[in-house]
Amino acid sequence: MSSQDPKASSRAEEFLSIFRKGAEFTRELLKEKERLRGELASVRDRQEVAAQSPEQWEKLRRELLSRIHSLEQECSSVRERLDQVERENGQFAQRYVEIEEENNNLANLYVASYQLHSTLDPDEVLKIILEIAINLIGAEVFAVYLLNEETGELRAVASEGADLAGFPRIKLGQGMLGKAVAATEATCWDVQAGSDPSQPVVCVPLAVQDRPVGAIVVHSLLQQKGGFTPLDHELFNMLGRHAATAIFAARLYSQSARKLNTIQGFIDLLTK
Amino acid sequence: MAKYRVLIVEDSPTMRQLLVFALRRLKDVEIVEAQDGMDGLRRVSSDHFDIALIDINMPVMDGLKLIRLMRDEESLRQIPIIVVTTEGADEDRERALALGANEYLTKPIQANRVLAVVKDLLKANA
Repeated sequence: MSSQDPKASSRAEEFLSIFRKGAEFTRELLKEKERLRGELASVRDRQEVAAQSPEQWEKLRRELLSRIHSLEQECSSVRERLDQVERENGQFAQRYVEIEEENNNLANLYVASYQLHSTLDPDEVLKIILEIAINLIGAEVFAVYLLNEETGELRAVASEGADLAGFPRIKLGQGMLGKAVAATEATCWDVQAGSDPSQPVVCVPLAVQDRPVGAIVVHSLLQQKGGFTPLDHELFNMLGRHAATAIFAARLYSQSARKLNTIQGFIDLLTK
Repeated sequence: MAKYRVLIVEDSPTMRQLLVFALRRLKDVEIVEAQDGMDGLRRVSSDHFDIALIDINMPVMDGLKLIRLMRDEESLRQIPIIVVTTEGADEDRERALALGANEYLTKPIQANRVLAVVKDLLKANA
């Protein structure tokens, strides 16, 4: 029994606490009831007074009409504010989507640029250009051309989707491709024309300081790629500059490495 | 310790870096990269992964073979697989899904789409 006493006491305390809360709530309700009753009585009094005199009645009517008018104005202002908030909300959502897209585009450009400058091996650079064209642009049949400055001829040095031999040589400044490369600006043709394998859909000239060094010529896009997006055009511009610089740097590096080996061999020959 | 471990099996370093960029937006994620199907199989067999993103055309072992091997192995059967590939034909999609891939995404990828699919599969598999 003694072990149950604390429990019983605690339950009693709990019950009392609930009871007290209930009592307090009831008191509040009674108080509110009294207040409302007083207000109702006051309204009735005013109505009765107003009913006895037409002036008072008119005054009350005008007061009520004015109150209705002000409430209607408030309501319309709140509605306008709500519409404005909804419009702002829609604009923010739209802006969020645009920022997300911009973020993705920047990530793509960063990755492409990072990869292009990650090596000084000319073959690796060409491989990375192919990867970018496939994975970021969605090119299916395309070739990377490099310019022979002595002959002024562009020759395909790497390709995807078709044999390298199938890509014709291009004379700089001649024909649609030669002219597009000489202009050092990416040129897009009708994507639907991609069904004709001899017809390119895009030519991205590779240029260092506005001097053409080669081009990426895309003949067809992957079937799921319907056309070019603004990101593609940014990629073309980026590729035109960065791929060219990467190729140029890799070529210079390999030439200097070859020269260094020759000189080293010569020195070894003289000193041994 | 990371909440989720994601395996990317892709031979193109450019594509791997893009996927890593997209997936880094997930909270508490550890990303492991494999450069071909065999490398992927080795990693998935020796460690726990919550999801795998697999390319189809890869040297040494292609993505379809890796998916088949993963689905044949009891301990790897439950790992959700997302195929990320250039192959956009319906028959390629059907083949990959029939082998047990959960989702099929074609390149060029949209980071948001990849992220949404990964999140959905992680939630469904939780």
